[in-house]
Amino acid sequence: MDFEDTKEEAEFRARARNFLQKNARPRTGKGMLYRAAQADEGILREALEWQTKKYEAGFAGITWPKEWGGQGGTAIQQVIYDQEEAQFSVPRGIYDIGLGMCIPTVCTWGSQDVRDRYAVKALRGEEVWCQLFSEPAGGSDLAALRTSAVRDGDDWIINGQKIWTSGAHYCQYGVIVTRSDFDAPKHKGLTYFFLDMRSPGVEVRGIKQISGASHFNEVFFDNVRIPDSQRLGKVGDGWKVSLTTLMNERYTIGGRAGVDVDEFVELARGIEIEDGPALRNAAIRERIADWYVASRGLKYSHFRTMTALSRGDTPGPESSIGKLVTGRKLQDMSAMALDLLEQGGVVTDPEVAPMAALFHQTLLTSPSSRIAGGSDEIMRNIIAERVLGMPPDMRVDKDVPFNKVPTGKG
Amino acid sequence: MNFDFSDDLKQLKDEARTFLEDKCPSSAVRKVLESDSTHDAALWREIGAMGWTGAAIPEDYGGAGLGHLGLCILAEELGRALAPVPFSSSIYYAAEAILAFGTDAQKKAWLPRLASGETIGTFALAEGPGKATPKRLRATFRNGVLTGEKLPVPDGESAAMTIVVAQTDRGLGLVIVDLASPGVTRAPIETFDPSRKHARLTFRDTPAELLGPPGDGERQLAAIEQRAAILLAFEQVGGAQRCLEMAKDYALERYAFGRPIGSFQAIKHKLADMYVAIELARSNAYYGAWALSKNAPQLALAAATARVSATEAFHFASKENIQVHGGMGYTWAFDCHLFYRRSKLLAVANGSARLWKDRLVTELENANAPA
Repeated sequence: MDFEDTKEEAEFRARARNFLQKNARPRTGKGMLYRAAQADEGILREALEWQTKKYEAGFAGITWPKEWGGQGGTAIQQVIYDQEEAQFSVPRGIYDIGLGMCIPTVCTWGSQDVRDRYAVKALRGEEVWCQLFSEPAGGSDLAALRTSAVRDGDDWIINGQKIWTSGAHYCQYGVIVTRSDFDAPKHKGLTYFFLDMRSPGVEVRGIKQISGASHFNEVFFDNVRIPDSQRLGKVGDGWKVSLTTLMNERYTIGGRAGVDVDEFVELARGIEIEDGPALRNAAIRERIADWYVASRGLKYSHFRTMTALSRGDTPGPESSIGKLVTGRKLQDMSAMALDLLEQGGVVTDPEVAPMAALFHQTLLTSPSSRIAGGSDEIMRNIIAERVLGMPPDMRVDKDVPFNKVPTGKG
Repeated sequence: MNFDFSDDLKQLKDEARTFLEDKCPSSAVRKVLESDSTHDAALWREIGAMGWTGAAIPEDYGGAGLGHLGLCILAEELGRALAPVPFSSSIYYAAEAILAFGTDAQKKAWLPRLASGETIGTFALAEGPGKATPKRLRATFRNGVLTGEKLPVPDGESAAMTIVVAQTDRGLGLVIVDLASPGVTRAPIETFDPSRKHARLTFRDTPAELLGPPGDGERQLAAIEQRAAILLAFEQVGGAQRCLEMAKDYALERYAFGRPIGSFQAIKHKLADMYVAIELARSNAYYGAWALSKNAPQLALAAATARVSATEAFHFASKENIQVHGGMGYTWAFDCHLFYRRSKLLAVANGSARLWKDRLVTELENANAPA
């Protein structure tokens, strides 16, 4: 039992570190990672430059097969690269969904011609992709989606609305799952496409989040034409294709929280409460220990996952718990941090608020980590059903034609 | 990254599980729980014969020299089976303390007998309810003899020797007592989990000898508790895992409202939460095992982390296991209560989670959050 790299891993790590040292600034402080929540022109340009550099140095698409334009490397190499990159201040978040979820689906289900046209462009960062899945009537219950696709000659005509689409406002392409048959049961009437986001009839409207930022959008489709050549999988097989996208989701979302126990300890050390520094208070210490135990439990679970990857095994179910543990911890920790500041806890002015209002930001962003990419409730269902083998819930809409399924208002 | 047990140790784990499923079913646990027997003597003999007791004791002292990773593996299986034997008292405490602080003569005198299992050892700290702080302890070692009362002492009736935490002229210290010595009286005491027996031990001018320097007791005690915390964490993870399995099996076979109760989200989410707590505890215990096996500088923090995580996971899993079983879970006939009892016994056996949380944060303060 040890934490050492194998010889090959150590060589790969050294190569990654060397590339990063030559091309990126080390991360300073323990604040938020450099993330592009509000992607303006400048950030997009920096992200593109960085992604192109990564591609040219062989650190983009590390695990992708060569026929997709990837490096044909191993999952452990990707983990090692990510560990090293986390030590540097580089643009993040712009390409995660496209490279993590969309392009793997396009390459799995598309022809070699399609791969040749889109994969490398995406890897170089020249084309950004978004995932058009959730709808107002289909979130956790994704297969309840209603955006329609109607065949018209060599095209399909798309009408409807998607929601929570991260990055749609700066993406050139998207993958979309639609309903092509309203008479079939809900999982059977879906068809999957990719499309040019600049197609006529696509309208993107930002959604203002509770944090004030607008990271994701509503996307409206008004008679948007998609050529049949951009269909992925057979007509009616859209659910099957969607699963390829969703399988990759847990690797994409979550796990990169900017605040953890160390920051809380730092805050508690500096804040005076009734009996001295908060760090000396028994109730606060108990909470710190709880969060530390959760945080370390996850870290060491990650080590177990890495061990499996390092041996070429598929990681066990321990890798599925991260999002569930982290979301709750972030929310509780940031709420307690503001409590320590008493009435001053309301102030978010970064000149006044400790740690440049890091905990305030986290309090407002943490609810999303309990919802995005599978809500806490869905994650528990997944663990209970797929890991523990519990039977699926009873489904009143199963085997019923979609247009006969009961719905609420709206 | 190789954060896992070796294939050899995994094989040992499989063998241990098969053996305990055969020799230590819940009926064996109940036999001790429902009688005055101090432990399952037949099981203890076999465990000794297989070399489990000597797993982490060096070969020079009659052990198997498997190291502490092997001992962690065995601890998990013993915890899973709720084995009614004095393994923790004799090995995690007595043998570990002598290994850490004994002279060569003391090691030669005691370790081979503890390694074979022919001698049962234990550790006597508490003197009644409340935390055994150095100030509150009354047992005193002076002029080569020990006087005082210890309560509760795990396996106090069956043990042939004990290590006692006592006041000395220079402060707290540890002493070794041969329980066949004059001035020792022992009496069983009723406890929450009679599958592991405890006793009241009284010493009156009982001959004893120092283990390590006098006055160093606090540091020694901390070291012993840290090492035991990691080994007990494996027992706790083993027990918690078994609770989850019981709950899972019952949720699949029990029908209500025309369907298995495991298809209801209220039950699913409970099981998922148990799973998460156990996975975190397991990973923290693994890190503890690493720190223990390497005697790493991170041992104190790793022990506190493993201890808190495992204590809470076992408590949670054992109480929610009863809940999933409904009324049947509250009956004597079902095994749920065996785990519920053991979970609390282990929770208070080596310092409560509350105490370890405070120690954990002290380590964070001192170490300034190491990697």
